[in-house]
Amino acid sequence: MKWQVWLPIAGFALLVLFLAIGLTRDPREVPSPLIGLAAPAVAMAQLHAPAQQWSPQQMRGKVWMLNVWASWCSACRAEHVVLNEFVRANATPLIGLNYKDEVGDALAWLQQHGNPYTLSVVDAAGRAGIEWGVYGVPETFVVDKRGIIRYKQIGPVTHAALETTLLPLLQRLQVESP
Amino acid sequence: MRTILVLLTLVGVQTVNAAVDVYEFKTTEQAEHYQQLVEELRCLVCQNQNLADSNSGLAQDLRHEVATQISNGASEKQVVDFMVARYGDFVRYKPPVKSTTLLLWFGPFLMLLIAVWGGLIFVRRRSNSAQRVLSPSTQAQLSHLLQDNDRDNTK
Repeated sequence: MKWQVWLPIAGFALLVLFLAIGLTRDPREVPSPLIGLAAPAVAMAQLHAPAQQWSPQQMRGKVWMLNVWASWCSACRAEHVVLNEFVRANATPLIGLNYKDEVGDALAWLQQHGNPYTLSVVDAAGRAGIEWGVYGVPETFVVDKRGIIRYKQIGPVTHAALETTLLPLLQRLQVESP
Repeated sequence: MRTILVLLTLVGVQTVNAAVDVYEFKTTEQAEHYQQLVEELRCLVCQNQNLADSNSGLAQDLRHEVATQISNGASEKQVVDFMVARYGDFVRYKPPVKSTTLLLWFGPFLMLLIAVWGGLIFVRRRSNSAQRVLSPSTQAQLSHLLQDNDRDNTK
């Protein structure tokens, strides 16, 4: 057989390969363009102390995580168990971004399910969410000592995600110089 | 004719109403920019809808954001850049031409070229085989057969 005969077959195989890889990907996971950039410097009121503001600049020199949550978010409930366990075993500060929620509902929810957050901030209108590129709840960002976003977990933090991605990443970031 | 026109206007009115919130702009130009933007930007929650058609919470927030920025004098490009900086190229229905999207933009033309090239080779090969010179023995056999055939016909 002439070698040209193999050309269309090779082309077809390549196409199948591309499509097969495409099938294994989750189209709902849109990679964030903010990775490698500074965390948005938006100040927000704290959930438990509305008179006090919090902004990412206060976290300079620390590796920390921002978890976007809401009392109306059903996927957050399962994630909450994992987060509660996480803070018991780790010293990494975990900031909660209470996204488009009622303050009363949010406080009650934390009381009922436990509060893993170092502190929570309120984004009632979702304006800070836009700055962070939030398009679904829950989402979790990992920020390094220089205030750079290094990773975004789309969807709930699971045990598997913690062990394979988040914990190793946090360990690596801890040893980086600020 | 008249009823068709009326029906068409109704359809038009309905699509505009899909976005419930109404924003007022100082100039008609701003209103047009707003309309173009909400049709070009994708809602990330309901991925196959644009901001204009989606009623999700995020789409409402982003429409509000677009309206605010346009009212404050932002250009269409500034608004698109703002969205892309936070949500990535995926937020645009018309992806930009760059190294990672070359295949997306020019892949179909590449396929067409390959198809035309393959077609040309196929056609050329066929016409070549048609003009093939027969060996003398085959030629003799052929003319013999044809003569036989002629004789059969004359009978």
